[in-house]
Amino acid sequence: MNREQIMIKERVKTAQPVVCDAPNEQKYGDSPQGLIKYLIVGIVFGIVFTKAEIISWFRIQEMFRLQSFFMYGVIGSAILVGILSVQLIKRFNIKTIQGEKVVLHDKEFRKGQIIGGFIFGLGWAITGACPGPIFAQIGSGFSVVLVTLLSAIAGTWLYGKFSHKLPN
Amino acid sequence: MEQLIETIKQPWPWYVAGPLIGLTVPLLLLLGNKSFGISSSLRHICAACVPAKIPFFTYNWRKETWNLVFVVGILIGGFIATTFFANPEAITVAASTQEDLRALGITNFTQLLPQEIFTWDNLFTGKGLVFFVLGGLLIGFGTRYAGGCTSGHAIMGLSNLQWPSLIATISFMAGGFTMTHLLMPYIMAWVQ
Repeated sequence: MNREQIMIKERVKTAQPVVCDAPNEQKYGDSPQGLIKYLIVGIVFGIVFTKAEIISWFRIQEMFRLQSFFMYGVIGSAILVGILSVQLIKRFNIKTIQGEKVVLHDKEFRKGQIIGGFIFGLGWAITGACPGPIFAQIGSGFSVVLVTLLSAIAGTWLYGKFSHKLPN
Repeated sequence: MEQLIETIKQPWPWYVAGPLIGLTVPLLLLLGNKSFGISSSLRHICAACVPAKIPFFTYNWRKETWNLVFVVGILIGGFIATTFFANPEAITVAASTQEDLRALGITNFTQLLPQEIFTWDNLFTGKGLVFFVLGGLLIGFGTRYAGGCTSGHAIMGLSNLQWPSLIATISFMAGGFTMTHLLMPYIMAWVQ
């Protein structure tokens, strides 16, 4: 290993996490046809987001002003269904449709979850959107949100660029 | 059939939307061992388009193509819902929220996003700078620093009973409350 490679390796270590936060643990690569199912899940998801008006700036304001139960109901029931499903998958060792064992990762505590989480919360209240709704807002015809998306990509890039200098 | 479409056009209640969103977690796991998360797509876009030899963006993003396909699907879903199943009525916003927002100068409650802010005309003004540019930067920077967003932490992480995700979710809410109650009045006064 030459010096440059060692340096990169060290930088990688400090720039945690280099692993993907939403990992793909499927052993075999996805074929283009295999990817269509994620497009369909995404489309259904986008319709739900839009029809339940979760993508509305006003819903997020109602939530942060504690003036409506709606978003708490959405997030709370989503988590409940998620917990039940994950428990069922674990208990009955349900396999993927390819027959693989489902792999779940434990999240490691880092300071970033507090600092980064707070920063994201500030942005969530301004834009009235978390990353999912940003895409659905654009699809719904609010084309100016493309600027928000480009900024969010830039923000992600800035984090990657300076992550090794940030407390974590 | 017509009646069904009429029903679909109405805004969906939380007890329909929430469980459907929750079902995304087992669906993605069982369809192909994928962990639910949306903000990661922003990282994959960086890795694919502008990696700039930054270690954080130097990985095999092609393996995560599914995540990019998924967010394109969300965009198409937004288009389908608005084009074919749009609610003909204006959005219902809580009276107390309307009152609070009127005090901040937001009076148009007809669309999903306030028309005083979310238009191209505002792009090169204080509103555009804060609501699109700064807001987007905070979302992108914050989610990656936290290692996930509402989907990756609040829904996927909590579904798997991960306590760091609970801390992240509490931090998201703390940031949102701070912006709404402490900073928003100053921001709205500045951009008017």
